[in-house]
Amino acid sequence: MTPIVSVKDVQKTYDGGFEALKGVSLDIRDGEVLALLGPNGAGKTTLISIICGIATATSGQVKVGGHDTVDDYRAARSLIGLVPQEINLEPFETVMNTVTFSRGLFGKPRDDAHMERILRQLSLWDKKDAQTKELSGGMKRRVLIAKALAHEPKVLFLDEPTAGVDVELRRDMWETMKDLKSHGVTIILTTHYIEEAELMADRIGIIAKGEIKLVREKEALMAELGKKQLVVELSERANGIPESLGKYDLTLSDGGSEIVYHYDSRKDRTGITRLLNDLQAAGLQMSDVRTEQSSLEDIFVDLTKGDAR
Amino acid sequence: MNLIAIKAIYIFEMKRTFRTLLQSVVAPVMSTSLYFVVFGAAIGSRIDQVEGVSYGAFIVPGLIMLTVLTQSVTNAAFGIYFPKFIGTIYELLSAPASFLEITAGYVLAAATKSLAIGLIILGTAFFFVDLQIQHPVWMLAFLVLTCLSFSLLGFIIGIWAGNFEQLQLVPLLVLQPLIFLGGAFYSVSMLPELWQTVTYFNPVVYLVSGFRWSFYGLADVPIGWSLLAILGFTAACIFIIGLIFRTGWRLRD
Repeated sequence: MTPIVSVKDVQKTYDGGFEALKGVSLDIRDGEVLALLGPNGAGKTTLISIICGIATATSGQVKVGGHDTVDDYRAARSLIGLVPQEINLEPFETVMNTVTFSRGLFGKPRDDAHMERILRQLSLWDKKDAQTKELSGGMKRRVLIAKALAHEPKVLFLDEPTAGVDVELRRDMWETMKDLKSHGVTIILTTHYIEEAELMADRIGIIAKGEIKLVREKEALMAELGKKQLVVELSERANGIPESLGKYDLTLSDGGSEIVYHYDSRKDRTGITRLLNDLQAAGLQMSDVRTEQSSLEDIFVDLTKGDAR
Repeated sequence: MNLIAIKAIYIFEMKRTFRTLLQSVVAPVMSTSLYFVVFGAAIGSRIDQVEGVSYGAFIVPGLIMLTVLTQSVTNAAFGIYFPKFIGTIYELLSAPASFLEITAGYVLAAATKSLAIGLIILGTAFFFVDLQIQHPVWMLAFLVLTCLSFSLLGFIIGIWAGNFEQLQLVPLLVLQPLIFLGGAFYSVSMLPELWQTVTYFNPVVYLVSGFRWSFYGLADVPIGWSLLAILGFTAACIFIIGLIFRTGWRLRD
C-alpha cells in the first residue's frame, strides 16, 4: 500500500546553522495513528511544519497522497489538517466565523451541516456565537481542532494536543481521535505523554536530535516491553551457573553476586516458582529477589539520552 | 485558482471592518471634515483661487488622496500583521492557496475599505465646497487604482514589520511627508523651480495630479505620466510580494 505521507531525506538547517532535522525519512500509512515521541527541541514541530508547508526543508522531499508538497502543494495541502501546539486564534472572532474561514481558505464551499456536525462533536455548538477570547483554554484547543477539520482533511496533524489540558478534556480529545480514526482519517500525533502514545497509537516513532530513532508497531514494542527480568541476589558469589539450572535462560551479573532470569510476564507460566525451588536445590543462598521491566519510557530515555535541552 | 479562499479572506477581513466601524470609517471622515472647516472655510476664504478654482475646492482631491493613501497602507498592513502577531498565520501558510490569492484577499478587502472611505469623504466635501467632477470615470479609476496599489504597499509593510512600532513608522515617517509635499494642498507650480524638480521624484505628486485633473482638468504633470506611475507602482508591489512569498522572507522560518 502506498503511504499517505512519505518523507524522504528531509533536512532542515536554520540560518543560525542549527540542524533541526538530519535527513529524516518516514512513511505514514493510510488510516493509522502514528505517535511521534521526543523531547523538546527534537524536531517534531519542525517536521510537521515542513510537511504542512509552514517551513521549507533545506533538502529532501515530502509527498502527501502522492502529491509533492512543493510542486503540487495545492493537492497536497488540501488533504492536510493541522492543529498547532500554540493556541493561536483571532480573539475577537466568533467560533463559527473562524471555523467557516478555515473551510473557505482551503477552497471548500460553505457547508452548514458539516460545520454543525464538527462543532457538536467537539461540544462547541453552544459556543458558536461566542468570541474565541471568551473561551477557556480547553475550549480554545477544540476550536483549533474544529478549524483543522473544517475542510474534511484525510490526514490530521496534532502537535501536542493534550499538553496542559486537564484529565477530562484529554479523555474527550482521545474519544475524538478514535472517532476520526474510525472515519478513516490518518492521525499523526506528537506528544510528551507516553501513556497517550500507548493508548492511541498504532505505531510509535521516537525522534531525537533531529533523527528518527525508531518506528515500530505498538504491539511489537509492547511485546518487547512485556519482557521482564527477575534478579536474584546471592549471599555468596557464584563462580558459574550450576549445571542443574542449564534449562533456564540465566545470566550472572555483578561479578557473580546476582543471577538474572528473563521471562515473559504475559505468559500463564513464568517459571518463577520452579526456578526458585531449583536455585535452593542447587544450594544457592538467596539474600534478595527483585523484578525489573523496561518500559516505553526506558526505551525512550535510553534513545534520547542527553538530548533534553 | 482558489477563488473560494480569496472570498473567505475577503469576507473575514470585511467582517473585521464592520466590527470596528466607528474606528474604521467614522474617524477618517471626521478628521477630513476638520480639514475642510479649517483649510477650506476658515483659511481658504482668505486665499486666492488656485488656477481658477477656489482653494477649498482645490484641496478636495488632495485631501481624499491623503486619507485614502494612509488608510490603504494602514489597513492592509494591519490585516496581514495581525495574523503574524497572534500566530494565526500558520493557517495561511498551510492553506492550498497561492501568494496571489492570499494577497488578493487581504488587499481587496483593504482597498474596498479605503475606497468606501474615499467616496464618503467625497460625499462629505459636497456639503462644504462647490465641487465639480469633469471626468468622473477617470476619477473613479484613479481612486480605485490608488486604493489597490497602496494596499499592496501596506501588505508589504505588514509582512516586513516586526512590531507595532514599525507598523506605524512607515505611514507616519514616510507617507505623511510624501503626501503633504506631494501637492495635496498646493499646486507644484507655486514652488520655486529647484523644489519643483525635487518634487517630481515624489511618486505621490503623480497621483494627486492625476486625481485633481479628473476633477478640474488641472494637472502638474501630464495625465499619461500619472497613469504610468501608478501602474508601475502596482506592478512593482506585486513583484515584491511574489518574491516575499517565494523566499518566505519574514513569513516562513
